[in-house]
Amino acid sequence: MPAKPQQKRMKAKSNLSFHGWRRENGRVGVRNHVIVLPLDDLSNAACEAVANNIKGALALPHAYGRLQFGADLDLHFRTLIGTGANPNVAAVVVIGIEDGWTKRVVDGIAASGKPVVGFGIEGHGDIATIAKASHKAKEFLQWASELEREECDIAELWVSTKCGESDTTTGLASCPTVGNMYDKLIPKGIHGCFGETSEITGAEHIARNRAANAKVGDKWMKTFEAYQAEVIEAHKVDDLSESQPTKGNIAGGLTTIEEKALGNLEKIGRKCRYIDVLEPAETPDAGPGLYYMDTSSAAAECVTLMAAGGYVVHTFPTGQGNIIGNPIVPVIKISGNPKTVRTMAEHIDLDVSGILRRELTLDTAGDALIEMVVRTANGRLTAAEALGHREFVMTKLYRSA
Amino acid sequence: MVTKHRRKSSDKGKNVPAPHFLVHSPKDNVGVIVVENLSAGTEMLGVITETDKTIKLEAKESIPIGHKVALKPLKKGDTVIKYGVDIGKMIADVGTGKHVHVQNLKTKRW
Repeated sequence: MPAKPQQKRMKAKSNLSFHGWRRENGRVGVRNHVIVLPLDDLSNAACEAVANNIKGALALPHAYGRLQFGADLDLHFRTLIGTGANPNVAAVVVIGIEDGWTKRVVDGIAASGKPVVGFGIEGHGDIATIAKASHKAKEFLQWASELEREECDIAELWVSTKCGESDTTTGLASCPTVGNMYDKLIPKGIHGCFGETSEITGAEHIARNRAANAKVGDKWMKTFEAYQAEVIEAHKVDDLSESQPTKGNIAGGLTTIEEKALGNLEKIGRKCRYIDVLEPAETPDAGPGLYYMDTSSAAAECVTLMAAGGYVVHTFPTGQGNIIGNPIVPVIKISGNPKTVRTMAEHIDLDVSGILRRELTLDTAGDALIEMVVRTANGRLTAAEALGHREFVMTKLYRSA
Repeated sequence: MVTKHRRKSSDKGKNVPAPHFLVHSPKDNVGVIVVENLSAGTEMLGVITETDKTIKLEAKESIPIGHKVALKPLKKGDTVIKYGVDIGKMIADVGTGKHVHVQNLKTKRW
């Protein structure tokens, strides 16, 4: 059952901490996965075979990796390397069709200091590769199983957000709950992240003004305008009324993209300002604070990119009931829609529908989310984790060569 | 008709009647239904979340949870305000207490 915050609940502790795994580069993870990462689509079968042999190793199959070039190829490598380097991952086995690009991913992940090894299939075949990779995965898994959590200050937590299957209740309840959490935790020194470039449409003036300074605001506006020109104007056939808002959004009562965008921006609270604008899957380097990442608004693509940027917990407000998860990052579902909480209870971690009945203030809901974030960081499995949602989706910028 | 109703911190969460609809900003001309199975003719209680003021309004048709209700008569071409800002324009007239959605409201962008 989703947790139901009570109005009389204690205030969140002022000195918040959690127990996580400190990795070789100093970053802290909240999960301890050993992953088997395919360089390309061809290597999925071998990776899945290794994960089948070694119980507890996690394969991350995906659809791409061949004949990509330019910015699209850079993004592919950045996403794979970022996923392997994420502190929720203890160690990585990479398998690719050939050695060259496989080594590029291995070297990128090795910079984080964690154990990583790569295998190329050409010249050996699947079966020999699976055997070698399985031995290594077993060694990594047993090593990782003895690593211990340590107490860490909340400031070491990187928490991202993106909403999905939004309706008008997300703008009233679940998104402002995330905003309240950021208003309280960003001043404590966490790294935050929001994105969804298409879903800012109609509220771009508001988003620009939430930058920490004019330079960052201008950088954001350039990102937004590039998206409008390269994606929407280049590919639209009539308008986006059928896609944005989505059919689910419309069923939930959202009518226009502007209305959806305003609800979306409720996730960054009242006080937070974003301090930099990131490329998709880019790791932030301007210190603690809130960041904007240029992402699609499709849930799995967006969460995959933020995980590759190094975020270790994801907060996900939903209205109509988006069920997405991620293989390496726990995705916490927050809903304010009483019907969704009733009909899809197994997917929701935090029920904030009391806000609609005026039984629950935003302040209390925000504290309840902070408590849920800390419990999740400490090891509580999210609904999406328990249900096996492991959507890992690479963002593709254009057709391959 | 707007009546001022400010909850004291001591009565937060207690004895506050659950509203039928919520309004983000006093500037808005639409509200959001937050109860299931609302039927036409219901005398609705609304709350403006920014100011905590309450509004009374009769539902002129059944409106699903999460969908918008007109707080005043809206004419074709009028700008619809929610969160205190422009969310699109009316493409048909609608009376107070009626359902505002894709059949009468459209983005100005596309």
